[in-house]
Amino acid sequence: MVRVEFLGPIQKKPLELDINNLNELAKILQDDGEMQEWLKNSAVAVNDTLVSSRDFALNDGDRVALLPPVCGG
Amino acid sequence: MLYIYDRPLDVPTILGDWYAQEATSNYGAYIPFVGTVRSEDNIDGLSFDIYEPILEKWFNDWQDKAKAKGAVIKMAHSRGDVMLHESSYIAAVFSPKRRVALEFIDEFVEDFKASAPIWKYDLRDGKRIYAKDRSTAIKGSGILS
Repeated sequence: MVRVEFLGPIQKKPLELDINNLNELAKILQDDGEMQEWLKNSAVAVNDTLVSSRDFALNDGDRVALLPPVCGG
Repeated sequence: MLYIYDRPLDVPTILGDWYAQEATSNYGAYIPFVGTVRSEDNIDGLSFDIYEPILEKWFNDWQDKAKAKGAVIKMAHSRGDVMLHESSYIAAVFSPKRRVALEFIDEFVEDFKASAPIWKYDLRDGKRIYAKDRSTAIKGSGILS
């Protein structure tokens, strides 16, 4: 299973999904109406490292995080 | 050296502690930036969420860059609520000569604004409202859309 967490202002509980890559995650989240707005402007981290392509394999136990726009300071 | 506090920053103490830590390290320059919550748009204060694992990696990358130039960076940030005229953010660079620290503090604070995994909320009328319009999408965002 892959755990998917939604950080900061995204009000969504973590998901536990049986997926093999980020493409599969994209399809699942694109079908989720409340995620539409966030997908466009969120970065993606796998095991706390930011990734730049959705052609990215996932393994059992991986953790994916979605990071919406930031504003520290 | 990254410090996260569950309260507003005690500016004189933090700046003094950092000064003391490096007082005999032979740095010629200590250049701090102190961010203070300003009264605007009828807010009562700001509130922050932080995702520490990625913040630490981002900070360590900058520390490595600083080290390569003989400098060191320190940063403190608040988590949770920070009210008007309190401080939520302090960054500082120590370097042998002033030019490196002056340039580093500028680059570091700009990248902090664009990349550090911290989310800001306005506190207004008892509500915590995401500061969406002032936020920046991290580089590479949107790959799942």
